[in-house]
Amino acid sequence: MRWFYWMVFLGCLSPGLGLVRDTFQGQLGVNPVETLLHETGRTALAILFAALAVTPIRRLTGWNRIQRVRRMLGVWSFVYALSHLLIYVVFNHLGDVGAILDDVVERPFIFMGMLTFVILLALAVTSTNGMIRRLGRRWQYLHRLVYVAAMTATIHFAWGQKADIREPLVWATGLAVLLGVRLFWAVQRRQRQRRPSPVRAVSH
Amino acid sequence: MLIRNRRPSDLSYSAVTPERVYATRREFIRTTAIGSIGFAACSSVAGGEAAQDALPATRNPRYVAADTPNTFEEITTYNNFYEFGVDKSDPASYAHELTVSPWTVKVDGMVGKPGDYGVEDLVDFTALEERIYRLRCVEAWSMVVPWIGVPLSSVLNKIEPQPSARFVEFTTLQRPSEMRGQRAPTLEWPYVEGLRLDEAMHPLTLMVVGLYGRVLPNQNGAPLRVNIPWKYGFKSGKSIVRIRLTDQMPRNTWAVMAPSEYGFYANVNPEVPHPRWSQAREVRLPGFFKNTPTQMFNGYGDEVAGLYAGMDLTRNF
Repeated sequence: MRWFYWMVFLGCLSPGLGLVRDTFQGQLGVNPVETLLHETGRTALAILFAALAVTPIRRLTGWNRIQRVRRMLGVWSFVYALSHLLIYVVFNHLGDVGAILDDVVERPFIFMGMLTFVILLALAVTSTNGMIRRLGRRWQYLHRLVYVAAMTATIHFAWGQKADIREPLVWATGLAVLLGVRLFWAVQRRQRQRRPSPVRAVSH
Repeated sequence: MLIRNRRPSDLSYSAVTPERVYATRREFIRTTAIGSIGFAACSSVAGGEAAQDALPATRNPRYVAADTPNTFEEITTYNNFYEFGVDKSDPASYAHELTVSPWTVKVDGMVGKPGDYGVEDLVDFTALEERIYRLRCVEAWSMVVPWIGVPLSSVLNKIEPQPSARFVEFTTLQRPSEMRGQRAPTLEWPYVEGLRLDEAMHPLTLMVVGLYGRVLPNQNGAPLRVNIPWKYGFKSGKSIVRIRLTDQMPRNTWAVMAPSEYGFYANVNPEVPHPRWSQAREVRLPGFFKNTPTQMFNGYGDEVAGLYAGMDLTRNF
């Protein structure tokens, strides 16, 4: 099992290492910051979706130990979202807080991105064992915000496009599947609870 | 790239002396003698490139941006030319699939001389000049490009706009078989752009056929594109196949696509933000920091501000 954990770890680390290498080798293309923003954003989204895929994969395959990488995936997604934000803050806005706040307030596309970041931040800081223990049931409720983050991240991506929304549509479809299976299971569960079981019906 | 097997004896159109010049050759020699001294002194920015696609031009000292030009590689590998794909690297990858010769430009509308023209009928290749212009993209990045071309006014004078004409409309080629981006549902094809006639006749507005001492690469809009240095880059229609003079404001593609984000005028203006980003500053590529203040009319205000006297540029963005 350890090897799987570390494989996932390396899989999450390598896109970042690749970008660092490209930065120092001048391989980011003519508009380096655009490349960095697109790649960190896309990676954050991909890893977030991977985290959301853990539970469905576990339920469909019965491979329970995959659950152990879920928290790590969530934290990695946050790490990429944080780099995405920092690149925007440093290179696009030269750290000008006023200009950034203007951007957040005036531009829905930036607002969606920032909202996503705030959610991921809250989830990352409450991801430790201690916080899970301390928050108890509230931890569950808080961490359901990950569904909201996946939606706002996808909207942020779509609204950032100039004309071609084909790629965001692919992500939106993936998200619909990830959320759809959960909805399907929730409905099933509710029906099972409401309907008396056939076994009991016979015994009456 | 288009591979042309040119024999040494072959001449390109730049070598042909137009009849008009031939007829007035004495005057031609007299006027160019002065210019050619300057030409020998500066030649092109690229230096001694003896490329097959070399396109000699005289640098116009009036239009030399103080900024250092971007490299040929930067200018030809980072392009917004959705006809070849939405990624900035797509045009460099796929534009070689386009056939640019032969090329016909349909001239119609309110003109005295409508008809089908070849590139060399519209552009006087003996009068080519090099101008170094800043290029400001609506996406808040900028470059500096040594274009080669002639004033658009010289082209329009050949086709004789009628007095009733108030606008010029440029249509880009629609040929999905050679422009793979047109097979995708991104923009409405063909791409249409336009200018008010006084903007089009302004001495800064250039009809471009080359850059960096070479024939215009396909990814930059070969064989014929316009460049309007005080407007955002998308106003500069590429690979033009139709020039129409009209009294109605043309419906330019981006303004039709997203009317709240792109207008007809699209003058570079740091005070009018794009709905999704500020236009106050730009990143001068290939830099990292968006720390170059954007100038009103991209720094060409002294020459063009008068065109918009009394106009509300916030509404007419």
